Amino acid sequence: MANVFAFVETRGTDVRKVGLEAVTAARMLADKSGGGEVHALLLGPSGIAAKAPQIGQYGADVVIVVEHAGLANYSPEVATATAADRMKSGGYRAAIFSTSAQGRDLAPRVAARLGVSIVTDVLSFEIDGDSIVVRHPMNIGKVIATIAIAAKPAVLAMRPNVIAPAQNAKAGRVENAQPAIDPASARVKVIETRQGGGGKLDLAEAPVVIAGGRGLKAAENFKLVEDLAAAFGNAAVGATRAVTDDGWRPHSDQIGQTGRLVSPQLYIAVGISGAVQHLAGMRTSNTIVAVNKDKDAPIFKVADYGIVGDVFEVIPALTEAVREAKKHH
Amino acid sequence: MKIAVCVKRVPDMDVRFRIGADNVSVDQAGLKFDINDFDAWAVEAALQLKDKNAGSEVTVISLGPDVVQETIRKALSMGADRGIHIKADKVPFDGLAIAKALSAELKTGGYDLILFGKMSPDSSNGVVGPMAAELLGLPCVTAISSLEIANGKGTAKRELEGAQEIVEFPLPAVLTVDEGLNAARLPSLKGIMAAKKKPLEVKPAALTEPQVTVRKLELPAERKAGRIVGEGAAAVPELVRLLQTEAKVL
Repeated sequence: MANVFAFVETRGTDVRKVGLEAVTAARMLADKSGGGEVHALLLGPSGIAAKAPQIGQYGADVVIVVEHAGLANYSPEVATATAADRMKSGGYRAAIFSTSAQGRDLAPRVAARLGVSIVTDVLSFEIDGDSIVVRHPMNIGKVIATIAIAAKPAVLAMRPNVIAPAQNAKAGRVENAQPAIDPASARVKVIETRQGGGGKLDLAEAPVVIAGGRGLKAAENFKLVEDLAAAFGNAAVGATRAVTDDGWRPHSDQIGQTGRLVSPQLYIAVGISGAVQHLAGMRTSNTIVAVNKDKDAPIFKVADYGIVGDVFEVIPALTEAVREAKKHH
Repeated sequence: MKIAVCVKRVPDMDVRFRIGADNVSVDQAGLKFDINDFDAWAVEAALQLKDKNAGSEVTVISLGPDVVQETIRKALSMGADRGIHIKADKVPFDGLAIAKALSAELKTGGYDLILFGKMSPDSSNGVVGPMAAELLGLPCVTAISSLEIANGKGTAKRELEGAQEIVEFPLPAVLTVDEGLNAARLPSLKGIMAAKKKPLEVKPAALTEPQVTVRKLELPAERKAGRIVGEGAAAVPELVRLLQTEAKVL
């Protein structure tokens, strides 16, 4: 029986889905260890405290709320100091972070401050005696490592989308706390968070990802992909490296680059032939659909369902059909 | 400016990997090695700053066995000034152990800027840069895709999921480099010749006991072979039916 710490990722006053995933993962780990408590750190600007009950719903026994007007943007130094101080005093068996842009920034700093190592991009975990044993993709997902973490606390950054947020209501006792350092004193300052670049939903979090490749022939034809994403309503738009290198889409949209792996429920590849890098970035998606005019394209080897055909005919038809299907739900 | 860049020698990823006989390493036979792409972009960023700031010096540091000297020489041939090889039999998976060994060297250098690639594709952990920053007590910005430095202050951009952050930081600082910051220059013939004469110091690595250890490597399960539903727009109704009734994702 051991307590587990969870870092709840936020953007502004929104709790991000990966934040709920971290709480869910911490709950699973605490329960596997024989029923410890989950203590979740919720850090953000004025208004973030209103999200504390939701964190309890997802399995936190204690929600440490740190609300400060100076936290409208992510502050790496405030988040590091506040998480590390709490972890030092809490005697936790493990700490769960997210392998998101923010989590990749934060979790290693916190671990280093505690003098413990860390594994990021964790796919699954189990307790094995004194160690926590995790699975972690290496070599762009072409090799899977089983890694034993002897450090206490064991610091794990979960890969987005591998653990679905699950309601499992606990007390969610709120403890209000101050940031460990004054946000105004931080040396590194995020002066602006610009929304945009990519679809309306985050690639890492979206249950559906529609990705476009060179088969779309021109930047403006990404409209087809965006329309299909809009028809789903819960889809993000991604792109291949070829397309982002050509400047059709921002680099942040790229799937298959080292470290930008997606695992949505449904992945639709539009005009993507399936370069090795790209396949490594999306092969763990639950269901893969590919539309490509070349029947020998490598993408069809990983696709559950393929349509051989012209994307300019197939995608508008699919968009219309998805719109119809959504109407009847 | 005094700039340090930490680089790693990594295998080309465009191959089918095999697991070694020990079950905890990748079979090295037939693999081609080069500088990690993210690290090459970090070297390029350092060289661009050197070009703009007369009197600057770029030091390239790599931890690992003797073969990493090839990687250091590659960076020297691009235009870096000197190399430091932190000698270790092998590179452990444990990012904290690596960060400790590198920071022991970095803290003696009086660097204005310390650059890392944001991650390496082989271990895919992406933690050494920010851990080293923390051990050194320096300001740190990770995964930058733009960089401006003027009057001892820096501004960088970070790509988030569906957003960007604009970040300001003072020097000295540690930065880790994402794709999109620049395109790495290729070594010129002159650069390759010059690199042979540039200083390359060798020092032993002080690696601590690892806290995380690889127990097993395996290849991921192959996806089940899929099927072609049909050709052209005529196949759309059948696809939608399968997504609804079989995959249950619509």
